[in-house]
Formats: sequence, structure tokens, C-alpha cells
Amino acid sequence: PHHVRCVENVKLLDRYTNRKAANGTLYLTATHLIYVDASAEVRKEIWILHHHIATVEKLPLTTAGYPLLIHCKNFHVAHFVIGQERDCHEVYTSLLKLSQPVKSEELYAFSYNPKMSKENREIGWKLIDLKVDYQRMGIPNDYWEITDVNKDYEVCNTYPPEIVVPRAANKAVVIGSSRFRSRGRIPVLSYLYKENNAAICRCSQPLSGFSARCLEDEQMLQAIREANPGSPFMYVVDTRPKLNAMANRAAGKGYENEDNYDNIRFKFIGIENIHVMRNSLQKLLEVCEMKSPSMSDFLTGLENSGWLRHIKAVMDAGVFLAKAVKDEKASVLVHCSDGWDRTAQVCSLASLLLDPFYRTFKGFMVLIEKEWIAMGHKFSHRCGHLDGDPKEVSPVFTQFIECVWQLMQQFPCAFEFNERFLLEIHDHVYSCQFGNFLGTCHKEREDLKIFEKTHSLWPFLLQKKQELRNPLYRGFTAYKELQPNTLPFSFQFWCGMYNRFDKGMHPKQCVLDHLLSSMSQKMKLEDNASELENVKQPSSCCAVVLAAAEPCWHSTVPQHSRLIPRGQYAGGGQGFGRGRS
Amino acid sequence: MEFSELIKTATVESVLLSCVGLPAVKGTLCITSHHLLLSSCPGGDSQPGTLELWLLIRNVDAVEKRVQNLGWYQPPRTNDSPRDTRIAGSSGTITLRCKDLKVLQLEIPGMEECLNIASSIEALSSVDSVMMMYPFFYRPQSLKLEEGWHLFPLEQYFQRIASQTSQWRLSDVNRDFTTCPTYPPTVIVPAAVDDDTLQKAARFRQGGRFPVLSYYHCKNGTAMLRSSQPLTGPNRKRCREDEMLLGTILDEGERGFIIDTRSAQAAKQARMMGGGTEPKSSYPQWRRLHRPLERGRPLQESFIKLVEACNDTSINMDRWLSRLESCRWLSHVKAALSTACLAAQCLDREEASVLVHGAEGTDTTLLVTALAQVILDPSCRTLAGFQGLLEREWIEAGHPFHLRCARSAYSHARLKQEAPLFLLFLDCVWQLSRQFPFSLEFSEHLLLTLFDNAYASAYGTFLCNNEKERCLCKVRESTHALWAWLNQPGEKKKYLNPLYSHNALVIWPSVEPQSIQLWQGLFFRWIRSSQYLDEAWAEVQRLAEGGDPPVKESVESRLSRSLSDPAAQTENGR
Repeated sequence: PHHVRCVENVKLLDRYTNRKAANGTLYLTATHLIYVDASAEVRKEIWILHHHIATVEKLPLTTAGYPLLIHCKNFHVAHFVIGQERDCHEVYTSLLKLSQPVKSEELYAFSYNPKMSKENREIGWKLIDLKVDYQRMGIPNDYWEITDVNKDYEVCNTYPPEIVVPRAANKAVVIGSSRFRSRGRIPVLSYLYKENNAAICRCSQPLSGFSARCLEDEQMLQAIREANPGSPFMYVVDTRPKLNAMANRAAGKGYENEDNYDNIRFKFIGIENIHVMRNSLQKLLEVCEMKSPSMSDFLTGLENSGWLRHIKAVMDAGVFLAKAVKDEKASVLVHCSDGWDRTAQVCSLASLLLDPFYRTFKGFMVLIEKEWIAMGHKFSHRCGHLDGDPKEVSPVFTQFIECVWQLMQQFPCAFEFNERFLLEIHDHVYSCQFGNFLGTCHKEREDLKIFEKTHSLWPFLLQKKQELRNPLYRGFTAYKELQPNTLPFSFQFWCGMYNRFDKGMHPKQCVLDHLLSSMSQKMKLEDNASELENVKQPSSCCAVVLAAAEPCWHSTVPQHSRLIPRGQYAGGGQGFGRGRS
Repeated sequence: MEFSELIKTATVESVLLSCVGLPAVKGTLCITSHHLLLSSCPGGDSQPGTLELWLLIRNVDAVEKRVQNLGWYQPPRTNDSPRDTRIAGSSGTITLRCKDLKVLQLEIPGMEECLNIASSIEALSSVDSVMMMYPFFYRPQSLKLEEGWHLFPLEQYFQRIASQTSQWRLSDVNRDFTTCPTYPPTVIVPAAVDDDTLQKAARFRQGGRFPVLSYYHCKNGTAMLRSSQPLTGPNRKRCREDEMLLGTILDEGERGFIIDTRSAQAAKQARMMGGGTEPKSSYPQWRRLHRPLERGRPLQESFIKLVEACNDTSINMDRWLSRLESCRWLSHVKAALSTACLAAQCLDREEASVLVHGAEGTDTTLLVTALAQVILDPSCRTLAGFQGLLEREWIEAGHPFHLRCARSAYSHARLKQEAPLFLLFLDCVWQLSRQFPFSLEFSEHLLLTLFDNAYASAYGTFLCNNEKERCLCKVRESTHALWAWLNQPGEKKKYLNPLYSHNALVIWPSVEPQSIQLWQGLFFRWIRSSQYLDEAWAEVQRLAEGGDPPVKESVESRLSRSLSDPAAQTENGR
């Protein structure tokens, strides 16, 4: 029903330089805003997915025209100036509507058609099988079993049908415990460290109030502890600040009383809630958008945003879990309030630190499917996929992705994938182009018929593996557990994420590209050699052809010497005039 | 003076050496005239061989001692070593904070020994006489004394310019150092100006530092000059010769820029002390731009505060960022890069000649002119070219290394003339190398080595404050040049950037705060383990060279090397 709208003579301002604004044409398609810069020597296009648009603002009229400021969820900021007020208003209202769909069916994933056979689409959805990962951990075993007790979502409607619980916890214990946990999110296994049987388990807060107890819940924890016979105790980690957890007691929720559970060691970790994180990111982005800030402005702003403090808190928690499991050989049960935000961050980070498999392409996909998607991180609400409560939006997943990036900085050879892989995933969490991140939990995705109607992201990413790989990766066995340095200086501002679209700020020569291209050349030579010997079998998933409408963020970058405009270093009102003419 | 008079105790047994991130080593401590040595007990303890500390005493920036009276002396590592049951009345701990920023601890049995060792190190490390320093005693077998001293003659540099233009000439007006005591004997000046005029112009510039050519931009024939401030004074004095000197550089109607590295107000205030700036009325073709750059005490204090913050491992995230902000080091990096870019922009984009000066013309001036050349001139970005640049724009240009690098960030001594301008320059070059990873032929390792050697060295390259002093001390005749050692084939490889490929373009860096990073390789070199980063670098090398993986150095040998003085590798007669 939607027709392509096109507005000519639209200027695109560059935030950081006094460079002459680009002049071009703006198109609105059903899915994208496309800007074609006609003034550049090389045709330059900017594609912005409507789903990526976080806010659209009309700014006061300037001499150049009617400014329209667009902020994207992937931190792209586009500042257009449109000649006619009517055009500007039309684009504005269209974008408001297009960027905030009301019904799930309007999401891109339901119309996205990469011209793939039904069969291949189904194979794509089967690429990640969590059962295989549990098998890898050695489950089922004497202590743990995969149960379908939740097949009708009776235990918990935000958990997947199959969950891993201790064998010793019978159905009565499971059901009983679920009544004592917020939203029925009982303790289930997240990761089993095969070497010593210590496990990471996750759940939501207990409905303990000031004094309530639940025998089955106590038995559940005992069963978890006893599934690790090597340790006389287990940790129960509440990732919230103590004050928040205590406040919850008044609402009949709260945290475990150490006296009621045998041999637990209870600990608060103090990661802030989604509202604090949302505000922190907002402040961080304001810093990133400052126009020619001084070093002090920037550092002070970075500090005041608290962003890196929160990143460090998440990392510290992940490191605590990994150490407890590896060094103390103790199992850990983790929760926050509902157990789908901080708990997901911390559990997935700990797994990543403990197990090199999760640092491979496939492993990282499994990790996200397992700890985030299957366990009911509310992507739809946290990412604001649909027009909804803005207070539900929070950069919880972004923080996890950043923690992985921080680890990559410290361990450049430990990950099979590179920074771009993280950015791709981050983009698609918001893009709604693939079904994986739609909805809030498994049940909802089933109701939306995600698996029948949409495509899975993972095969598409695997197809781009060559450009997403880390050329410095030293293989699966080079590093086992990672022990990152968590001193404050180890946490750096991630320019590649938050100022990703300000190309002028990034290194002007890219080591990654260089190494990737020299690697692929080498591989071509090797391929040619091996092709002479045997004919290769193409794998089924690789036959997929990407749609032509794939967004292109990496528009042609001109020669670096041209990126610096006249007067950039002059600044401060001390600019100089022309030399000789 | 005899060194032996300063050494109160020459050897102590059973000294425990520890350093962050390394296992402690016990052994015999020895003090020689220039070195602190520790050799671990062979066969004894749990150490299989001898792990040595070979520390140049000149490298010690601060000595802190703590003595414990009474009690049993017990080595802290008693797990698998036979317990040392010797009763000692006392023991002491000496913390050595080095100029290269590493921190070592020595636990010494015996209070008296401890105090003696500490005072010996203090005395030896503060010997201020240049000719008593180690380079005058260091005689490695693999090098010849004269090697590396005349690699970069100014005549050769001038020939490159002379092949393009006849506007410049070499002048030896300063052959006996009387015109300007801090200039080298030979300088490049406008061909139209005779030596007599130069001498008169020199009298109008602080310290006699009259405008000389620093860099000729072949692309468009513009020139960068440097000098000290003019002695305008409160009475607005003029000097016809100085005006003429600068006048000949510009054609009629052409405009030049004077980049003053002080604020307009500071430059104005300097008039009261006899200094000042070039007034518009006397230099009508020159336009002044003020870009204040910090130097002297505030810069040294910035360095000290930064190192303090880096060493404070107890601080939380927020305090770390605010301390990073309040020490202002990164602001200085940003300012230096911006000013150098401005100079480069004047030359390359505005096609105008530039004169750079601050007050004395030996600090921020050189920072700006040297950096601008790295940005503009690809030949300064090779290993040899960069060495030539340092010789020309820092050493021969009279940056007072002896004064500026006398003390580093830990010293408790009262600050005199110390200031880390050279370090700031190296930091800026590191920022360039991060933004243009293929454009510099040398690696971070070279920058670190230069920092170390500027503060304490076995080589004579960074000794003294200027060429005149170097002549008097016979530095070139009696010491080895750092370059001779660096450029040995086996050694050189360590300093090369495997990703280098010649880039003929100007490298314009981004000076946005997001683009400027703290140089962790320097400021955290001794604080955090670099194992994983080193492995990544080895991997880059392997990929870039397309060859087989290099023979992996064992962690052990890497650590022992990092602890010892690089000079130890070639030292003979131990």
C-alpha cells in the first residue's frame, strides 16, 4: 500500500566538520529511508532502516531550510535539512508512523523475502540446536536432565518448553519452586563446567517477602548443590544492589534467607536496573554528540554518564561467576528481579569466559540463543520494536555486546569473530529483519509463527563469515578460561559502536581489512590448489542469495587526505583567512 | 670523585627482588658504579638458573626505604624452599621507582645493609656530571665508537632542498657557538641573508635563536621556520635585520603565519620581561596565531599525576576517569596534535610559510615542528628518517634533554627544569601510528625504547642540552650512539612495523577526544600483563610476513628481558 516518496534538494549535515553539506535526494520506501548524495564525486548512499529509527525531531528553521534530526538505535545520527516546510513535515509524519509499528505483523521480518526456498529457510532455523550444546556439556548425566515439564508452559510461560534441571528435583519440586519464584522462573541450568561439575544456574527472585519460605524451592537449591558433589556449598548471587533487593521484600519478593537454605553463600553484586542503564546510555550519547568537545568535556561527560562503571559492574559479576565455578569449584545460582536482564548478561558472560566454544561463530550464536532468546530476554520491549512503553526500553543487550568487545580488546586472539560480527548482531537485534529477536519469549514467538513466516539471522551471518572473522584468532585450544583485567583502565570507550558512523574519528587505515584481504588471498591460492584435487560440495545453506535491498552502511570512503576539511584544526574563533590567492 | 666513595655496601646476600606481575627472585645484590645487579642463587631455592636484574642506576628516579627492626627474617616464599632460619636483628625494604616507570622492590636482610644500599643508590643516581655517566664507560664489543654519529649530516638534508630551490643556504655563522649557544654549528637560512645580518637578528631573539629553516615543503615550496621569541620588550623594540630575515621568505603580497605556542596574553606579558611577539606593524606580511601549549612545571606535574593515577590500582571506575581528566595529559596530547596539524595545514593547504616559536624555542616549538613533519613528510616516517628527524629537530636543535629528563614521574626531588616534552612528542607519534597503522615504518617498541633512553641510557645520543655542551664533553668521541645499536640488523627488526607500506600522502589525524587514547603500552607497561597483546602482535607479524610462525619466546625470557637493562644484552666483561 505504501508508495515510495521522494524529496529532492535535501542537505545532509556533517556533525563534526564544517565541510560543505551534501546535497541529494531522500527516498522513503516501505522499509528504508534512502539518501542519495548527488554532490559527491562518487555516488554515495545512506540507508536507514525504519526500524532503526529511535527518534525523529523537527528543529527550528535555519537559513538552509527545515532541519530534521534522526537518531537511530544503532547510534547513527542523521541531520537532514529539507527545503520546503511541507516536505519536511510529510517526511516527519511518515517516519514517525513507519518507525513505530503497532502490530507485530508490520515488522520487517514478515515481509523480508531473500528468495530462499522453504526448505533452506527451515534448515536455517535448525542451525542452532540447544540440545546439542547441552550434550556438549555432558547433559543428560547422573545429575542433570533435560525435561519437557514446561511443554505447555505450565511451569513458566517465559521459559522454553525444554529446560535443564537437577534429576533430584522431581515434578513436585519443580512446580512448587515455580510458585515461589517471580513469574514462575525456577532455577534451571545455564552452564555446566564439565571439568569439575560446578554449574551456573539462573532464576528470578524468590517470593520471600519478609519471612515466607518454600520447602520445594529449598529442595530445588539443595538438588543443585548436590549435583556438584565436589563442593560443600553453593553461591546464590543476587545481581541487584542490596537496597533494591530489600525494597522488593515489601512487595512480597526479595532474596534468599541464608538461614532457610542449607549451605548457601549469598552475595549481592550491585548491577543497576534497566532505568538507570537507559539514562546512562542517554547521557553517554549526549557526550558522543557534543560538537568539538575538549578532552575534559569528553572525559567528564563519560564519567558522569556512568556508562563504563555499569559495564565494569557487569564484567565484574561475570568474572565472579567464572572464578567461583573454576577456582572454587562451587555451583552458582544467579538471579536479579525477573531474571531476564542482568541475569542473562552475567550468565552469558561467565560462559564466554569459561568456555572457548562460545568464542567461536557457532558458539556465540548458541550462547545468544540459549541465554537471551530461549530464556526470555524481552527483546521486543527492551529494543522498542513496537510502539510501546518507553520505560521498558533499555540497552541491556548492548551492554553484553560491549562486554564482549572489551574482552576482545584484552584478548585479541581469543575470538573467532571480529568487532563487525558484534555490530552486525547488534544491528539485527533492532532491525526486525530476522525472526530471532522478535517477541519477548519462546511462547510468543510460537504464537507469532516466527519459525514458519520469517528467517533466522544466523545462516546469513555465517555466510558473511569471511569478513566477520578475526584474522588473529589462534584457534579453539589456544586459550581456555579467560581472566580479564578488571581494573578501571581496562575499560575503554567503544568509539566503534557509539561513534560508529563518524568515520572521521576512526583510524584512517584499517588493520582488520588489511589482514582479512591478505588472508582471503592466501585462502584463494590454497583453494585453487585443492580444487585441482577434489571437487568441493557446496553446503545447502550457503546457496542463499542476499536480497538486493541489503542496507549498506559502509558507503565509499574517499581518500583519507580528503576527509579533513579546511579549517578543522583552526577552531576556537582563531580561524585564518586565505593565503595567496 | 670516585664512585667507590659513594658505594657504602657493595654486595648483600639473600636479597628478595619483586616486581608487579612477576615471581619474586632471591639472590645476591651487587652495586657497581653504574649498575645494580641481582643474581639468583644457582641451584638453590626453587629457581633453576640465574635470573638477573641488570639495572642502570641512572634509571632510578626515587628510592624509598622502610626498615623493620627486630624479629625474624623470613623469606616470604617458604613453600618449597628450605626455611631460612638465620636470625637477623632487622631487615629493610627498598622500593626503586625507575624513570622508565617500572617499580622494583628489594627486601634486604639487615637494617644497616638496607640503609647503605639505599644511600649508595641515591648517591649514584644523582651524580649530575655528564662525563661521569655510564655512556662514557660503556664499551660494547659489537660496536665501534664512531658508528652512528654522522648518519644524518645536515649537509645531506640541505642537498635535498637545494635540488629543488636556491632560496636557502647553509650557514656556519654559529661555528664557534657564539651567535647562538644552543644551535648547532651549521643551520639552514634564507640564501638572501648574509651571516652579518643573521648575527644581528640573533641579538634580537632570546638565547640568540634566530629564525632558521626547520622544514621545506617540496610539494609547494613553502617553508617552516623556528626560532625563539623576539626581544621586543616593554619599549616595543624593533630589529631591521630580523624583519628582513623574515621578509625575504615571503614574496610580495604573500602571507605567512606565525604560530606562537603561548596564549596571546602570555606573549604580551612576556614583553615586561624583555620578550614578546612580532607586532603586526613591523611584520606586515605575517599573521600571528596563538595556540597555547603547556610546558615546564605544569607539564611535568601532569605527567606525575597521570603516573600516580595509573599506579593507583584501588580506584574505582569513576575516580579513574576524573583523575585521567584532572591530570590533563590527554588534553596536552590533543593540543599538541592540533597545533602541529595547524602548522601542517598552513603549509600544505594554505600554501603559506610558517614560523613557529614560543618563548625559548627549545620545547613546545620543537614539539610542533617535529610533529608537523611526521604528518607532512613521508620520509620522516621511516625508521632512518625518524632518527634523522630526532637528530635534527630535537637533539641538534637544542632541546635541553639533560635538564628536561633529569627526573621522571616518581622523583621526590624538588622540580627544577624537568618537563616531559619529548615524551609528549612520542605519545603524539604513537597516536598517529594508531590512526595510520600502515604509515609509520617503526613500531611502538621504538617509541618505548626512545623514551627509556632519553631518561637513562648506555648511549650518548640524548646526553647534554645542546651541541656546544656535546662538543665540550666530547660525547661523539667518547660514547656510543644509540642509532648504531638500534640499526644493527638483528636489533633493527624489533623496531619495524610489519604492516608498513609507503604512504606518500599527508596523514591528517583526527583530534576528536574519541580518537585520542591513553598510551597504555607506555603508562601501563609495568602494571598490566601484556602477554595477550604481545601474542596478538606476533600474530600480526606472522600474517603480514606471510611466513611460518615465529619461534615463540618463552614467557620466562620475555619477563627477564623486561626486567633488565637492554644494554645488558651487549654488555661485555660481566
